[in-house]
Amino acid sequence: MADFLLVAASFVLATVAVGLVRILRGPDKADRIMAAQLLGTGGIATLLLLAQATSVPAAVDVALILALLAVFISVAFVKKGVIRSQMEGA
Amino acid sequence: MALDAVLAVLVVGVAVWTVAARDTFAAVVGFVAFGLLVALIWVRLAAPDVALTEAALGSGLTGGLLLGASTRLGRTEAEATGELPGGLLQFAAATVSVLVSAGLIALVLLLPEPAPTLAPKVAANIAATGLQNPVTAVLMAYRAIDTLLEVMVLLLALVGMWSLAPDHLWGGAPGRREPADPDGVLTFVAQVLLPVGILVAIHIFWVGSVAPGGEFQGATIFAAMWILATMAGLANTPPVMRRSLRLLLIAGPAVFFAIGLAGFAIAGAFLAYPADYAKLLILIIEIPLTLSIATTLALLVAGPPEQEPQR
Amino acid sequence: MSLALDALTFLAVAAGGFFFLAGTVGLLRFPDTLSRLHALTKADNLGLGLIVLGLLFQMEDPFAALKLVAVWLLTLLAGGAVTQLIAHAALGGRSAGVTT
Repeated sequence: MADFLLVAASFVLATVAVGLVRILRGPDKADRIMAAQLLGTGGIATLLLLAQATSVPAAVDVALILALLAVFISVAFVKKGVIRSQMEGA
Repeated sequence: MALDAVLAVLVVGVAVWTVAARDTFAAVVGFVAFGLLVALIWVRLAAPDVALTEAALGSGLTGGLLLGASTRLGRTEAEATGELPGGLLQFAAATVSVLVSAGLIALVLLLPEPAPTLAPKVAANIAATGLQNPVTAVLMAYRAIDTLLEVMVLLLALVGMWSLAPDHLWGGAPGRREPADPDGVLTFVAQVLLPVGILVAIHIFWVGSVAPGGEFQGATIFAAMWILATMAGLANTPPVMRRSLRLLLIAGPAVFFAIGLAGFAIAGAFLAYPADYAKLLILIIEIPLTLSIATTLALLVAGPPEQEPQR
Repeated sequence: MSLALDALTFLAVAAGGFFFLAGTVGLLRFPDTLSRLHALTKADNLGLGLIVLGLLFQMEDPFAALKLVAVWLLTLLAGGAVTQLIAHAALGGRSAGVTT
């Protein structure tokens, strides 16, 4: 079972990593934020799978912190990046 | 192993791209992604303590700090990215980078096998601290002076940043006052997330004595939740002149320093704890220290005073 | 019994992985911001949700299981909120067809 979970963790990470191309390409700030958000969710999934596969219970705490801080940073990105630049651009 | 290979390729790729990106906003998004990958790497290296700190401080809060800087640069950024540094400067920067990288590589390759470590000593003496997490034991007991200095450095950074405020705004509240939107989705998120976040912060702080966690990680979550509340317009930032704010900022380092000095009398050295009370004293230091670190970090992200002071 | 649980884990985690793949493909291939947003939510909600569900079958400690569910709920909240904010911003402050 542990082997399968490790393979699943690698698969999810590799998959969302491909999505990082959106951070590179954009074109909008919103697209970059979305790619970061996808990487965040994928990272959380990878951590949870790793916690179970390699018996590192603290990895779940890392995932918990990541989930909390992901809300904070995503809101900050949208608020300061997208909304403010629209206000100033208009 | 496949996972580690993916991580290694990714982290180098994202790092290179983040440095190369010309648009500061894109670079900050890249930096946050980089921090997340580094946190994953620390978990793979069996260092969950460092992973927690990286996820909270390195990626999350530093990302917020850089984002603030990027927003402030906004108007002048197009000009700044247009001008290229001179050839000599580029050459000097490249030389320094190559030298530092070469030095780091040499250090890693030249490490004796097995690497020198104090871990067995920590493991042998941890019972005296009353703690079960060796990382917390190092931070709060064996190398407490490093932790004390770190907190002082944070305070100094805050004072340095506050001094950037223009004279007429000195004493006012940092950042802009965000308008509140009672029916908005942001208000909803902040209201639901705040109690959950505070609970998680206390949990992370509390498990620090037995498992990965501790005051810096807990404080970072506190700070992030408070900034979320200000971004949603639920709370304004406090004016930097406020007496209670100043007291909150210095409470942690002051208690830490006082107990450190008391160590001369009760245990014979600065920052030494008597064996019977070690855990209690560490807890007495950690609670105000967490609050002070949380306040300092939140104010660092909030920026210098930008609102007119009310007199 | 444990074989049946393992089979359930296998199914749910594999399905979760599939939704991550679907979300990524959508994020890369869909033509505009709003449809990319739609793809993203599949990975957030279903992908992570199914992986958490799969891991729940392996949990022995009920508190550890609760923590997993908490992580998923937090991600749901974040995903939902950020999606609305981005959609709102992407439409230039006009109503995004969602009541905010």
